[in-house]
Amino acid sequence: MTKTVFFGTLTVAGLAAGLASAATLDDVKARGELNCGVNPGLVGFAAPDASGNWTGFDVSLCRAVAAAVLGDPQKVRFVPTTAETRFTALASGEIDLLARNTTWTFSRDTDLSMDFAGVNYYDGQGFMVRQDLGVTSAKELDGATVCIQTGTTTELNLADYFTANGMTYTPVAIQSNAEGEQQYLAGGCDAYTTDISGLASTRAAFADPENHVILPEVISKEPLGPAVRHGDNQWGDIVRWTLNALVAAEEYGVTAANVEDMAANSPNPEIKRLLGTEGELGAMTGLPNDWAKHAIAAGGNYGEIFSATIGEETPIGLARGLNAQWTQGGLLYAQPFR
Amino acid sequence: MSETGTQTVRFVRDTMLPEAAPPASQSGAVKWLRENLFSGWLNTILTILGALVLFQILRGLVPWFAHSVWNAQTLGECRQIIAETWGEGARGACLAVVRDRWTQWTFGFYPAHLYWRPVLALVLLFAALAPILFSAVPRRLMAFSALFPFVGYWLLWGGTIWTPVVALAGFVVGYAVWRGMAKRNALAAVLLAVAAALVWWLFLAGPVERALAGVAPLALESVRSSSFGGFVLALTIGVSAISLSLPLGIMLALGRQSDMFLIKTLSVCFIEFIRGVPLITLLFTASLLLNYFLPPGTNFDIILRVIIMVTLFAAAYIAEVIRGGLAALPRGQYEAADALGLDYFQAQRLIVLPQALKISIPGIVSTFIGLFKDTTLVVFVGLLDPLKGITDAVRASTDWKGIYWEPYIFVGFIFFLFCFGMSRYSMYLERRLKRDHR
Repeated sequence: MTKTVFFGTLTVAGLAAGLASAATLDDVKARGELNCGVNPGLVGFAAPDASGNWTGFDVSLCRAVAAAVLGDPQKVRFVPTTAETRFTALASGEIDLLARNTTWTFSRDTDLSMDFAGVNYYDGQGFMVRQDLGVTSAKELDGATVCIQTGTTTELNLADYFTANGMTYTPVAIQSNAEGEQQYLAGGCDAYTTDISGLASTRAAFADPENHVILPEVISKEPLGPAVRHGDNQWGDIVRWTLNALVAAEEYGVTAANVEDMAANSPNPEIKRLLGTEGELGAMTGLPNDWAKHAIAAGGNYGEIFSATIGEETPIGLARGLNAQWTQGGLLYAQPFR
Repeated sequence: MSETGTQTVRFVRDTMLPEAAPPASQSGAVKWLRENLFSGWLNTILTILGALVLFQILRGLVPWFAHSVWNAQTLGECRQIIAETWGEGARGACLAVVRDRWTQWTFGFYPAHLYWRPVLALVLLFAALAPILFSAVPRRLMAFSALFPFVGYWLLWGGTIWTPVVALAGFVVGYAVWRGMAKRNALAAVLLAVAAALVWWLFLAGPVERALAGVAPLALESVRSSSFGGFVLALTIGVSAISLSLPLGIMLALGRQSDMFLIKTLSVCFIEFIRGVPLITLLFTASLLLNYFLPPGTNFDIILRVIIMVTLFAAAYIAEVIRGGLAALPRGQYEAADALGLDYFQAQRLIVLPQALKISIPGIVSTFIGLFKDTTLVVFVGLLDPLKGITDAVRASTDWKGIYWEPYIFVGFIFFLFCFGMSRYSMYLERRLKRDHR
């Protein structure tokens, strides 16, 4: 049995080798499905429920892209990727889009041959300590033991921060978020450090969240964004503008509920162009003109997705903060649809 | 008692004294305690220390299990129930997570309406294993065991029935060629049979399958590999790798003993390379590196890749275990086989391997147990193994975030059942095969 499949695959491989590698958009359309690399389990960002349906903030972006390209937000295959496999999975073509709370950094953008299509969540690294420790600022953590996930940018940021402030610390290496929680709760470390969003969701799951505080200092910039392969600009444009469309939709008040109505009746020319009632924007990227309409209808605009997955109404309870629209003092600033 | 002199004896006890119980210090629990736990001052101290440690462990564990909650929808609800029932500050196991998500640990993301298929495959697996494992089962059932891989594949992955049928036909083609040629030239027959089977699989199987599927579209709903997870995944990988690695391991062990330079060198290189590399490296190679060599868009099933790598890994270890068995056989056995005029294959089949394998049973079974537990390493290549993959997915839901030990205990318990079963079977097999000289 296995041999057959093996040889069968080799044959397919041989045949496929003869064909030139087509553009990602054509591949996705031919496949009828978007392969989206996601975190195998991160509260609020990507997690399968009991029946295997994926939900979350990053997952919604995958669904929006699938809706824009294929017209159906369900036509996504979610590929769980680990921190180690995510970049290779993208580079080797196993996934078309990486939406896995990945920090946009110089070396990842250049050396790893990825293109970040934008930022869908502005995060930053912070500290959580027990209330009774009496610490109110990260500057008072001199000599503390700190639980830190190994092999991540947070580890380097921590070292930088303590060096810059002339403080010392003892790192306690942990492997995963769950292990970090366990260590921290068991008293294995004074402070737990990771992205603020992670700290918030971790604290929300404690039996006694009121006894733990997240310190005000944010010691690093962690712009998390969707990434695509270097070199396929058309596909990169599609992902970038799908994200922009979700952000712009919030700015202009287009929601999943009123998107049809807006498309038909809105007097605003920018909304008309966005939703494809006017102009030929979709055609410029090889998509139907109502692509953004599908993307918004999939899970709502950026604000709706945020509040449904990680916002203040959810148990995770993240405030918009930096992720508010530029008009609200945040950093979200969609480029104009023109 | 003699007949003579009975009159001179004043008193003769004519009844036996009833057996008295031995003194309290020489029997029962007291004796056992004295002999095993308090047979000296050093042992007494060690016993008391051991009892203290045990008490400390149980003092933590027993209330934790006694306070366990089975009926709750979220971790918060669990904590609330424990606090209400046992008072504020009490700690307890929230086993409700197992009750809520056990299907996910068992089946991964296998479609819920198709759960009967992996279950049926498991039942059939035991049916297929029975004639192999127990000599009391009729030998004729072996035919089903040979068919099971194809049935199991079809049940698990679904799709058209003609895929496994056509794959099976390849073996039939090879066998037919071998039967036709065997009388003329044994070696040529084997080579031609392999070649014929390959030609069938590579060039004819596809069109034939499509034609048959067109005529008689018998198909089960197909399930893709990414839906596999939990114990279905662990068992699929474990059982396939175990059943494939044993024959491969035997071949490698014999190859390493061979007098033929090329075969010996290749076997040694393979075994030493695989044993010198961690399994995770092989898995990463299978999942990541291979993608660079294969053309983009190739869909080389990830579970299949993992099975191949795990099989190769286990085969190298089994080869060394069996080599140990071969080395333990007295030289005389080989010479006796030669003296009987048996050729190489007959000698191996009838004299050498049965004895060598019997010696190697404990080592082989340990390798299998290790292999089965190693299937959890597939989490590193993005497959949802029961221990970490599914557990992390469960923890990532807002309902169960913050749960830690309960999933590990549950998964560990299931793994223990399987591994303990394998271990007991190997002891049974050793007893059954035991001959007086060992």
